[in-house]
Amino acid sequence: MSSRAVPTPARDGEPILSASHLVKHFPVHGKGLFRRQVGEVHAVCDVSLEVHPGETLGIVGESGCGKSTTARLLLNLIPVTSGEVHFEGRELTALSRKQMRPIRRDLQIVFQDPFASLDSRMTVFNLIAEPLKIQGGFKDGGRNRVRELLELVGLKAEHGNRYPHEFSGGQRQRIGIARALALDPKVLVLDEPVSALDVSIQAGVINLLEDLQSELDLSYVLVSHDLSVIRHLVDRVAVMYLGRVVETGTTDQLFGSAAHPYTQALISAIPLPDPHKERARERITLQGDVPNPIDPPSGCRFRTRCPKFMALSETEQRACIEEDPELIDRGQGHPAACHYAEARQLV
Amino acid sequence: MSAAPSPQPAPRTDDAVLEVDDLHVGFETDDGTVSAVRGVSYRLRRGETLGIVGESGSGKSVTSLAIMGLLPGTATIHGSARVVGEELIGLGDAAISRFRGERIAMIFQDPLTSLTPVYTIGRQIAEAVLAHRKQSKKMARDRAIELLDLVGIPNPDQRVDAYPHELSGGMRQRVVVAIAMANDPDVIIADEPTTALDVTVQAQVLDALQAAREATGAAMVLITHDLGVVAGQVDRVGVMYAGRFVEHGTVDDVFYRPRMPYTLGLLGSLPRVDEPRGHRLTPITGTPPSMVHLPPGCPFAPRCPMAEQRCLDEEPPLLPTTGIEHFAACHFHDRLTDDTSPTDLFDPDAADTELTGDHEEQP
Repeated sequence: MSSRAVPTPARDGEPILSASHLVKHFPVHGKGLFRRQVGEVHAVCDVSLEVHPGETLGIVGESGCGKSTTARLLLNLIPVTSGEVHFEGRELTALSRKQMRPIRRDLQIVFQDPFASLDSRMTVFNLIAEPLKIQGGFKDGGRNRVRELLELVGLKAEHGNRYPHEFSGGQRQRIGIARALALDPKVLVLDEPVSALDVSIQAGVINLLEDLQSELDLSYVLVSHDLSVIRHLVDRVAVMYLGRVVETGTTDQLFGSAAHPYTQALISAIPLPDPHKERARERITLQGDVPNPIDPPSGCRFRTRCPKFMALSETEQRACIEEDPELIDRGQGHPAACHYAEARQLV
Repeated sequence: MSAAPSPQPAPRTDDAVLEVDDLHVGFETDDGTVSAVRGVSYRLRRGETLGIVGESGSGKSVTSLAIMGLLPGTATIHGSARVVGEELIGLGDAAISRFRGERIAMIFQDPLTSLTPVYTIGRQIAEAVLAHRKQSKKMARDRAIELLDLVGIPNPDQRVDAYPHELSGGMRQRVVVAIAMANDPDVIIADEPTTALDVTVQAQVLDALQAAREATGAAMVLITHDLGVVAGQVDRVGVMYAGRFVEHGTVDDVFYRPRMPYTLGLLGSLPRVDEPRGHRLTPITGTPPSMVHLPPGCPFAPRCPMAEQRCLDEEPPLLPTTGIEHFAACHFHDRLTDDTSPTDLFDPDAADTELTGDHEEQP
């Protein structure tokens, strides 16, 4: 439990959870009397992902890139505009709520804010027992199961009769994890699980997630804006920008030889807690801001901020403006959605 | 109020622009006095940058608010804070207004609450200029454009007429930086200036802060919980815990030669992209103490793997350690060496089962 081998890269065989060509558009309504639809936010555009058993997939990107929406689509919590999600070979997006319910046992989520996601008027015991009661597994040894879960996440069984406010942020997040584990899921979606916690507390929750994965053979989908957390926990990464996956690969490929200019900028902007390295390193600073997802740029969506695009000649730039780059391997060993992909080592 | 006498963290020099001496801040509550700051001292030289790091509730923001005279009347403040030799603590609002913006400026975490939504950004920058300078509005506007250009805002002559809601978060924060540098202050205090921002936007704002320092020659206090941000931006670091500095030194001393177990634990708890994968992080179990009834002894002792009886009885003062400017508040700082790794001290699998009640607040 104390030491963990470097996770194996992408496994062969069938993925446990996969998404193909996911699209999600949210309608935008006008301010008039009839609130007519005036446009669409292209939150997720043609995203395909795979999660293999026992593996952690990381989805990383900045606010508004569609990473949380993608996570919710994977769980079928919101309807897709188009595309498919397969869990153990079964297509989820066409299922009704009722048909979905037995599958929910296997697909659970842990939310970011342990202060908002736990009902403050319920005891910890009842919070963790709730999923068991809903899914009808409580009568059959539910009490012991709750005690077991509390100990599994590093809390004491006798804390069950306490209320959430008596726990620290890190402990509350442990309660949220116990709740998600109550039904013995196969896939756990972690949506910014440590972002609301102080650093010294973060580490404990990260270690717990590692231990649980090897003990229970869970598959994780980790959604985060924090590249350091992603690199620490994840086997494979998908980098999202403005609703699209712009680069994907194993953690070592991505952090060792990033090929997309956006990934390169992200990695170069991570502040390192090491004064010598931090002073010496080259930082790629992006100009401007993420464009409006109601009206994304033509061609490559990143071109308006792309340092590489700015250095290209006008004829070379034409490809970026006219043609949306496909997410394919252009000789860097892993797929990147850039016409002029070029691997670079930045850390 | 505090058992520990405060040594001078830096030798006294004539070019000190901000001198904080034994600053205490307390708030009366129904449960008793909350001692938010318990004896903070530092000296900031011209052009120097000091980083103050600490977790939520460590008192890092309250220290700066006290210096700026921005705390509510219910706060009791003792001690001294002098900017270029002039005392700020105890001044009335009108008196301290002469210093705010002119001598000492502040940048807050959330640019949306620092800026008013009803005026253009140009007018808000000009307001800062005109508060301290007799100038024509035209001159103030030209200065606003010049400042927007300095902080890296594209097309400043057009953007000057934009309202805050028309700008992105990163641009708004750069406008706040422009306002802070409008009067060439001697000191700029930046309180979590990049915390609400994405990593690529954070880089833009850090560049703007750098530009502000170069253009004004101001000294800077950079308050953050992010050790990575501190590492690349500052000359010296103060680590705060329970209202005090528990370690203070040059950035290299604190990062490469920490002498306070808390600092070492913080460094070990960070997932890092610059080190081999697969190593275990070292969490610091437990939570910071309640600042209402602080027990005697070292406030970190209940979470410290090195703690002994002496630590529970007696609060350690800031003691000199490896260098002339390196101080640590630990009775046993000499047990830590340059080679002590966080895992030597902290157990990655330590239990975190102690209940703390509800005295802690959300960050």
